[in-house]
Amino acid sequence: MATLQKTDGSTGVEKSKWDRVQEMDEFRLLLLAKKEFVIPTTVFFVVYYFALPVLVGYAPDFMARKVLGPVNLAYLFALSQFFVAWGIAWAYVSAARKFDKFGAHILETLKREGYDERQDGKRGL
Amino acid sequence: MHLDLTLVMFLSFIAITLGITAWASRRSGSSASFFAANRQITAWQNGIAVAGDYMSAASFLGIAGLIAFFGYDGFLYSVGWLVAYLTVLLIVAEPLRNAGKYTMADVLAYRMNPRPVRAMASISTLTVSTFYMIAQMIGAGSLVALLLKESHISFTVAVSCVGVLATTWVQIIKAILLIAGTILLSILVLAHFHFSFTEFFQAISTVTYHGAGGKLIVQDFMTPGLRFKLPYGPLELISLGMALILGTAGLPHILVRFYTVPDAKTARFSVVWAMIIIGSFYIMTTFLGFGAATIVGRDFIAKNGGTNMSAPLLAKAIAGDVFFAFICAIAFATILAVVAGLTISASTSFAHDFWTNVIHHGVERKAGEERLVARIAAFVVGAISIAIAIALGPTANVAFLVALAFAVAASANLPVIVFSIYWKRFNTAGAVCGLLFGLVGSIVLILIGPSIMGIDAATVAAAARHPIQHAPIFPLENPGILSIPIGFAGALLGTFLGAKDPNAVQRFEELEVRANTGLGSEKATAH
Repeated sequence: MATLQKTDGSTGVEKSKWDRVQEMDEFRLLLLAKKEFVIPTTVFFVVYYFALPVLVGYAPDFMARKVLGPVNLAYLFALSQFFVAWGIAWAYVSAARKFDKFGAHILETLKREGYDERQDGKRGL
Repeated sequence: MHLDLTLVMFLSFIAITLGITAWASRRSGSSASFFAANRQITAWQNGIAVAGDYMSAASFLGIAGLIAFFGYDGFLYSVGWLVAYLTVLLIVAEPLRNAGKYTMADVLAYRMNPRPVRAMASISTLTVSTFYMIAQMIGAGSLVALLLKESHISFTVAVSCVGVLATTWVQIIKAILLIAGTILLSILVLAHFHFSFTEFFQAISTVTYHGAGGKLIVQDFMTPGLRFKLPYGPLELISLGMALILGTAGLPHILVRFYTVPDAKTARFSVVWAMIIIGSFYIMTTFLGFGAATIVGRDFIAKNGGTNMSAPLLAKAIAGDVFFAFICAIAFATILAVVAGLTISASTSFAHDFWTNVIHHGVERKAGEERLVARIAAFVVGAISIAIAIALGPTANVAFLVALAFAVAASANLPVIVFSIYWKRFNTAGAVCGLLFGLVGSIVLILIGPSIMGIDAATVAAAARHPIQHAPIFPLENPGILSIPIGFAGALLGTFLGAKDPNAVQRFEELEVRANTGLGSEKATAH
């Protein structure tokens, strides 16, 4: 049912479009590019975020130091979390433009090769 | 006089909300439009709606209250609530949009044997939604009690009835109102300190209140450690952080919002919009919370409705009764909208996952049956939440309660969502075990923790006593630090002990293509 055939009527071996995409170089590159961005970024934001409860929890005196008039380090560090989160979101949106391009190419290739896009995705839902 | 005005504002808000929901529900015919708005919502609309779904009584009433009572430590809640969206943005939103249809369970059922997985996911969704809802009901209850000085049960019932129908537009309108109210309140707080940040922060460093035994205390509220004290304070903070960072990406009522947009790219931009709105809001909790601490004072709030009423009391102290009525109405609308979002995700999950797919093997026998079952389920969840909310009483802080809902979501839902999307070997046994371990683990740890267990002195009032009079077995209020690893361990254990599932592996290859390219994902439908 979901093994889609080429619609050009060729009698070659049936190959689902999922398998076809899996073997495309561009798809591998897309996964790699995503991994290269998402993993280090996630590690960075997790470390940066948990530095806050760890420092505040285990070094409260250090964090209570007033650094900007009446404002202490603890508050400034907490406030910085918001801007860092926004910065990461912005970086991701820029990086994702490249991912979208890969994705569009893959879908174009598939269309060119005559895989029908309409009859799919119904299983398991 | 002011009481009447408050009531009039209240009732007009409820009328407007009802009007919009009625109008919207007439327009929605098919299941795709009822549950997923035909997937036609734009990025900014969905972004505001996500923010609307997310900024609940916990944020506006709860966090402001925690800051008013515990200063800086309360603000730590605000930080986690925003940073959590990075997990949603980087890891969950886009693959989920491409792989699912109506509910969180869709993405799990895509690869696994759908019946057991959907059954477990549905139970987990109902549990998380109920926890979340209890907090909203307590918020609504204390708000109404403050306004009318009488029993609030009838009003909470009204909340849950209105909440049966939710639409994206209700969330959008509510989010805009909440942000407007918060900006206004923040400006008034700053005006009180003559628009001088120095004066504001200096006031924060000398907050006075009466401690136990009537002793006058002068405290720098910017100091960390007023709530999270040694020996368990730091662990409690880390546990809370884990629950927030990993829990948001497992909240069913947030995840379903990504099914209302046409594609993954729109899902991505809607997270970004949501982050802009949510972040701005949580930064402003500085003014709400510390404003309440300095201008109203802990003593007065404790006597007039408790922690949850800090922001409304601040409005009253700073700008009089009319503004107080306005802020109360906004808070109430906030609760209405969140209850609406929660009931719809819980009832959708029950109707779509449990009723249609588990009990009736994926066939909707009669047109409209799924929607009818959804409405009944919504009513039941509402009733259970109200019962528990009344049992807990109005003193429980709502932000703290919602943090427990995040812990359950992080322990039960997140591990299986992440493994389903990213781990080839993951199978049905792993998904069922992960959900089960996470759910049971987090709930048991909450039950044996200090929120439920504790020995009270004889002088403590009956309403504030711990339900189980025994020293807590687990020392932390938030179970995340232990229950999240338990959820992951359950998923791993089930996967390796369960039989290899070649079908799940095959389907992973499909899911991987689909999640990353959008090939074959649910498309927007014209109407």
